[in-house]
Amino acid sequence: MTARVQTGDFDIGAEIARLRAADRGVGAIASFVGTVRDVNDAATITGMTLEHYPGMTEAALDEIIATARQRFDIREALVIHRVGTLEPGDQIVLVVVTSAHRGTAFDACEFIIDWLKTRAPFWKKERLPDGERWVEARASDDEAAQRW
Amino acid sequence: MPDTLVTTRLRIRVVYLARLREALHSAGEIFELPADATVDSLVDALRARGGAFAAELAEGRAIRFAVNHRIVARSQAIADGDEVAIFPPVTGG
Repeated sequence: MTARVQTGDFDIGAEIARLRAADRGVGAIASFVGTVRDVNDAATITGMTLEHYPGMTEAALDEIIATARQRFDIREALVIHRVGTLEPGDQIVLVVVTSAHRGTAFDACEFIIDWLKTRAPFWKKERLPDGERWVEARASDDEAAQRW
Repeated sequence: MPDTLVTTRLRIRVVYLARLREALHSAGEIFELPADATVDSLVDALRARGGAFAAELAEGRAIRFAVNHRIVARSQAIADGDEVAIFPPVTGG
């Protein structure tokens, strides 16, 4: 059970290889990677800054992973979330779940990212050609999280 | 006759994050409240300052709260020494 908050990039291949090497009971691996788009709400995005609430962030991610472990029969779960300045195309967040079978891995991976989007204290501020703007939370994210 | 009425006040840290930190021109402050304070009464006290506090914390604005790093409802009681964070709905992921 691992959650990391970091400014640097991550290597999904290396992270998955590490999880596989540590556990031969793994039969399925599901992953999610969120990346920075160059467009949002019809505006050109030149980059973004991700802010978080140090101290709470790690605790919130740990709690989301712990909840996933209670609800789903998974082997391991990993969340890496970047903060700081990011450019279009950059990776923002990684979720990896290992389990014996695929259904559980898919479900737990989706659960973790859905809950992260409404419960983990991160905020995105987009850079546009003519200034900056805070990203507004979407009602569809709340609805996605409430499915679980 | 001894005074049996003891009035205590809470001393807490308030943290403002993201858009609220910018709008309020403050990352946080030490704040004093009556002993029976809740998140709701803290918001009322801050709103009473007027200006950006009244505007940002107005009824109907989407605001979230955490006490000692846990998301809470407005009815949450506040204790001496608590850290109360006020922030917009999160947008990570």
